[in-house]
Amino acid sequence: MKKSTSTNINLLPGIVILGLLIIWQIISQLNIIPTYMLPSPISVIEAFVSDFGNLMSNMWITLLEALWGLLLGIILGLLIALVMDMFEPIYRAVYPLLVISQTVPTVAIAPLLILWFGYGIMPKVVLITITTFFPVAVEMLDGFRSTDHDLITLMKTFGASRWKIYYYVKFPSSIDNFFASLKISVAYSVVSAVIAEWVGGFNGLGVYMTRVMKAYSYDKMFAVIFLISIISLLLIFLVNLLQKIMTPWRNSHHEQSRSSN
Amino acid sequence: MDQIEIKNIKKSFGSHQILNDISIHVDSHEIVSILGVSGVGKTTLFNIVAGISNPDQGQVIYNQQDITGQSGFFSYMLQKDLLLPYRTIMGNAILPSIIKNTSKKEAIQKAAPAFKIFGLEGTENKYPNQLSGGMRQRAALLRTYLASKNVNLLDEPFSALDELTKRNIYKWYLDLNQKIGTTTLLITHSVDEAVTLSDRVYILSGQPATITKELVIDSPQKRTDDFELTEDFLKYKKEILTSL
Repeated sequence: MKKSTSTNINLLPGIVILGLLIIWQIISQLNIIPTYMLPSPISVIEAFVSDFGNLMSNMWITLLEALWGLLLGIILGLLIALVMDMFEPIYRAVYPLLVISQTVPTVAIAPLLILWFGYGIMPKVVLITITTFFPVAVEMLDGFRSTDHDLITLMKTFGASRWKIYYYVKFPSSIDNFFASLKISVAYSVVSAVIAEWVGGFNGLGVYMTRVMKAYSYDKMFAVIFLISIISLLLIFLVNLLQKIMTPWRNSHHEQSRSSN
Repeated sequence: MDQIEIKNIKKSFGSHQILNDISIHVDSHEIVSILGVSGVGKTTLFNIVAGISNPDQGQVIYNQQDITGQSGFFSYMLQKDLLLPYRTIMGNAILPSIIKNTSKKEAIQKAAPAFKIFGLEGTENKYPNQLSGGMRQRAALLRTYLASKNVNLLDEPFSALDELTKRNIYKWYLDLNQKIGTTTLLITHSVDEAVTLSDRVYILSGQPATITKELVIDSPQKRTDDFELTEDFLKYKKEILTSL
């Protein structure tokens, strides 16, 4: 019973997307909106195929930037969460600052970063780090701080040091928080990479996008947009997969629910 | 030998005195209960015995050695099993040893035989969420046992279990106590639990709390299956209830 409802829910977005694409195709074909303004889905697919080589070579650059920025963002986020959890005064002093840092729009910092770090990969990585550390820091801090206090006391009765409490209890207890933040950060990382490239650079999907836009090749531009969405979705899918592999105790629930009923 | 002596413990939080001049002792292989209503200061006393908090005055002595304020000697177990959900039962059981820098292999060798004694064979590679409530509590006891050898400090360990599971686990615990000779200090608010399990019961009451009564449970029927239906049991229960 439950299973069929969940597959229905999984199918539903697919049906909606397909429906929208069909409507979009009809609008283009009937020339309700001229195709130079809104290319039809089929022409977008054609552009995607004919431009595949270009798209791929630019995609690797963007992906590289996104993954570096994400990696550094995760490390920075973890460090900030750790320090803030370990030292209460730092928590109280830094937390508001952390929130304020997120109110600065990334589009505004991007040109500054290019001014400071040039047109290479560096300003992109820095921008992505700035946007991705925040979800990790906030979620991990939440995970650390909500660790069961009795559990920590128990570890102390075992004679565990502060580091061992982090290693054996606080970090693994926060693994769900980590993956929740990772999903957000992964999506941020790709979008931030594109924004950073947009402002200035030599290659990457963002640079390519500005180029085709200036050439009024909207079919190619839509192809880039689709590619970016697909990359983000794939990365989120990978994170989900990783979460499943790293939390094997979650996959063993059924026995318990049966016995408790 | 395992002997715990708690001498003249006093503890206040701010100007509020919680414990006043508490002295109790637990001999080897004994099960001793501290019985009191909720909020009387049982857990405070327990934290002092476990070495998690310091008393204002008094000493905790284990085998003639003053261990006041030192943790790591006894492990304690709470109403919540506090098993780590992301570690298997074996992973949980060996955790205390691993924290004390024993190698994983050695810790597993040490823990493996205990699974049989605790009736947990076959659960080594399962996760806590695959076990029933009673089994989880036994797994937590196993970990407590492995953490501190023969001294178990139990803080209302069975109060979250249903009535039937509780009865089974009492019987099982008494058997275990005979088999491996554990020494137990048990905190409880349940008169039945105290009478069923203990060799001696201390009653903790008042503001600040003091030991108001010590009762020895030495009925010849104590180790029989329906001890709780005997007149002796009722007699003890009555005696405790009147002094609470």
